[in-house]
Amino acid sequence: MYRDNERQRLFTRRAAVLGGVQLATAALLAGRMYQIQVVESDRYKMLAEDNRINMRLVAPARGRILDRFSSPLAVNRESYRVLLIAEQTRDVDRTLDMLDRVIGLTGAERARVLREVKRRRGFVPVTVREGLDWREVAKIEVNAPDLPGIAIDADLVRDYPHSVKSVHVLGYVAAVSEAELGDDPLLQLPGFRIGKAGIEKSRDLALRGKAGASQVEVNALGRVIREVGRVEGDPGNDVRLTLDIALQAFAQDRLAGHQSASAVLLGVETGEVLAMASTPGYEPNQFVMGLRADTWRSVVSDPMTPLLNRCLSGLYAPGSTFKLAVTLAALNARRTWPGQRVFCKGFMELGQAQFHCWKKHGHGSLDLVGAIEQSCDIYFYELAQQVGIDRIAQTARELGLGGKLLDDLPGEEEGLIPTPEWKLASIGTRWQGGETLITGIGQGFVLTTPLQLAVMTARIASGRAVVPRLVIEDGIGAAPPPEPRFPPLDIRKSALNTVRLGMDAVANNKRGTAYRYAIRDPALALAGKTGTSQVVKISKSERGTRLLKNHERPWHERDHALFVAYAPIDKPRYAISVVVEHGGAGSSVAAPIARDILLEAQRRDPLGANAGDRLAWVETPPGQG
Amino acid sequence: MATVAAAGENLSLGRKLGLLNWPLVVLLCSIAAIGVAMLYSAGGGNWEPWAVRQVMRFGVALVLMLAVALVDLRFWLRYAYPIYFASIALLVAVEVAGASGMGAQRWIDLGVVRLQPSELMKIAMILGLARYFHGLSAEDIGRPGRLAAPLLMILAPAFLVLRQPDLGTAAMLTVGGAAIFFVVGVRLWKFGLVGLLGLAALPVAWNILRPYQQQRILTFFDPESDPLGAGYHILQAKIALGSGGVFGKGFMQGSQAHLDFLPERQTDFIFTMLAEEFGLVGGLAVLGLFLLLFAYGIAISVRIRNQFGRIVAIGVTVTVALYVSVNIAMVMGLVPVVGAPLPLISYGGTAILSTLIGYGLLLSASINRDVPIGKSGSPEDS
Repeated sequence: MYRDNERQRLFTRRAAVLGGVQLATAALLAGRMYQIQVVESDRYKMLAEDNRINMRLVAPARGRILDRFSSPLAVNRESYRVLLIAEQTRDVDRTLDMLDRVIGLTGAERARVLREVKRRRGFVPVTVREGLDWREVAKIEVNAPDLPGIAIDADLVRDYPHSVKSVHVLGYVAAVSEAELGDDPLLQLPGFRIGKAGIEKSRDLALRGKAGASQVEVNALGRVIREVGRVEGDPGNDVRLTLDIALQAFAQDRLAGHQSASAVLLGVETGEVLAMASTPGYEPNQFVMGLRADTWRSVVSDPMTPLLNRCLSGLYAPGSTFKLAVTLAALNARRTWPGQRVFCKGFMELGQAQFHCWKKHGHGSLDLVGAIEQSCDIYFYELAQQVGIDRIAQTARELGLGGKLLDDLPGEEEGLIPTPEWKLASIGTRWQGGETLITGIGQGFVLTTPLQLAVMTARIASGRAVVPRLVIEDGIGAAPPPEPRFPPLDIRKSALNTVRLGMDAVANNKRGTAYRYAIRDPALALAGKTGTSQVVKISKSERGTRLLKNHERPWHERDHALFVAYAPIDKPRYAISVVVEHGGAGSSVAAPIARDILLEAQRRDPLGANAGDRLAWVETPPGQG
Repeated sequence: MATVAAAGENLSLGRKLGLLNWPLVVLLCSIAAIGVAMLYSAGGGNWEPWAVRQVMRFGVALVLMLAVALVDLRFWLRYAYPIYFASIALLVAVEVAGASGMGAQRWIDLGVVRLQPSELMKIAMILGLARYFHGLSAEDIGRPGRLAAPLLMILAPAFLVLRQPDLGTAAMLTVGGAAIFFVVGVRLWKFGLVGLLGLAALPVAWNILRPYQQQRILTFFDPESDPLGAGYHILQAKIALGSGGVFGKGFMQGSQAHLDFLPERQTDFIFTMLAEEFGLVGGLAVLGLFLLLFAYGIAISVRIRNQFGRIVAIGVTVTVALYVSVNIAMVMGLVPVVGAPLPLISYGGTAILSTLIGYGLLLSASINRDVPIGKSGSPEDS
């Protein structure tokens, strides 16, 4: 027998200590529990909610773009795509085999889907194909029992029913680029598309709408368990344009025969842009889904620059159309009178230099109206010299040249109305007397856009400072803006009347440069001015030997053909400018286009009394100016 | 004394059942029932996949526990060393199999059960140490030379388990063994000395640790600095606890647990889920039940009149208490995540088996509390 009592006493003492340690530990644990579950509970409750609830943005439907009669120009179309949800099928390969039999899969599609399936979690849908048509969707739906894991998803896709015919005005939408990411969380949304050009870009905020939000409960892997709440967003506003799509399409068709041309049709009194045609163009519906890289490269690097809206961004020397501005400057400054006669012998001299008329052997003696009618260069050299470059520039600006005019579209060029100060500042040399002369016939430094030429024409026809506009309403400004009554131009009425007489003569007098392309019906007749804009300077030696005829030169060296006009003559309602790049003489190429569009405009008469019931507001009669 | 011994030898089955500490059995069953309820919730309100298997395993383990309890304590004394060495052999076997096989194999697949030798080792070590100290008088314990063998009995399995690598179990074995050293009356300054030696060896030990084990310890000090990396588990556990508040989110309503934010909600982090769904009140209740269990264990141990039984009873109690404390402290971010299940509640076959076998031994010691046992456990010694 050994002594156990001492061991037992020791054991009991020490066991009591162990019990005490356990109690202390338990107290510590309870204290920690209290700290986390009571003291810091609020913070952890918030974190738990953050874990649990995800906000998902719901993209609003983009607003439509309508023409003046509410005919849709840009709409949203349902587009279908096939999704594969890997966890809903036992055998991804088999499902893809079946799908291949139904809609036919390419090897590349299959490889991409398998790759993505491997990379993502089983519940994340993988897009097999986008942009399915109705027949394919129906086939898949019919075969649904054999296609486990296959789902169809509908999505709204931008659609431009008039495609290339309205593309330069509307622009297009495409995926948001890095640089465009701003405050709006919508832009972060995968697949969201933003306006990249045209009205889609300039009115993007109005069209975009406000995002809705869906609160979903997600688990730690991001799988959506259920929707907890939902806030509907606001769809984008419809934007209504001044455009008449029928006239727009007509103008676009009429330009189609030319490699590169543009036409702008304005309401003379209202400044409304009724048609803005530019060619070549591009297919905006291709851009919406994202272009293939090679297609994009071919569009961007095309020497014909199909992305360019020539009406706003094309810069051309105005040629003889500028003679209208020179005439107004001279008459307004009383440096000439309509009866002043100049004798044209085919050239004139200034210092050492010789300046030629387009008519080699001269026009003989002409008064002002006759000079406009026959576009005599010599007469306008004289006139420019008499009035001076500064007054010419001032009047040109009064007519809307040399500055931006339209807020509604991005990418507008300012053009250039040269002055001696401008030349000194930007080129560094002094203004030469001869430069005033060639400015007098719209050559040299002067550059204008087709839109500016159309506005100049509308201002001459109305006598008012017409400002063009393209948007009637975008849902942001409360009501449609009141009918604009533009202030009168700072130009004498008599001066304007003389110029109008000249423009009338251009088309309706036998010797007029556009007589062959006049409108014979006096009620619809047009008044206009031709222009030919030199692309290549003609050297002395060339002139000395033999001047190549326009059609003998390579295309890109040929002159631009210009024509500006308004109609009808007595109460002008429509003003137009047409520029055909490298089209040769303005009279033969640009004038017939302008005539046809003006005729069509008056036949449809979107601004006239007949259109009144189709319009949102009542027309006022044209001004008396 | 011989008569008492003889009476102890002749304890009938009925007498044994009468001496069985039934309140303790009920306590064990109620804690396990809470575990099953939590596993039912963890399965999203399903018996599958965890709750039903846990019930079956608990049932088997309970029968085994009663069987162990009804075996005479002297039998366990006699076989203490064989059991200890068999367990060491199994650990070595796992080490060999693990070396040739995968990186961290901790179990031997017996087909029906996956045997985790490290779980068995906890019980075997208690038995071995109890057997050893049973044979030492109070004077012997004062002699440092007599402590070398039991120290080796702790460090050998601890080292083997550490190699698996299972830092948590190794630490638990060491601390559990130390508790037995303490309770048999080893002088406190000796603990201080060993503690200092251990501290000196810390840099060496740090280098033995695998990088992921080092990472766990580093993460422990600042879990929220790396919320998506190694600190994710602790942070999510604290969110679960904290969002549970005082009364909890309700049974099967824990968003952290049910939306998979909580890691290992059926095993190591089950207490977090419980505290998320039942709040501070539920957590304290479970803690209270465990305290009651430990109090029973200590009360039983001090009433036993033989050293072997005492040590077994206190050893089992301390080991389970250690697991409970470390597990709860771990999910609350008080100690590093070491992979310690919550006894009786966490899902896992061997853990429940070893816990209940341990309590079987405790109950056996309790039944035989009045049986004085000789040095070697053989009747002729007494």
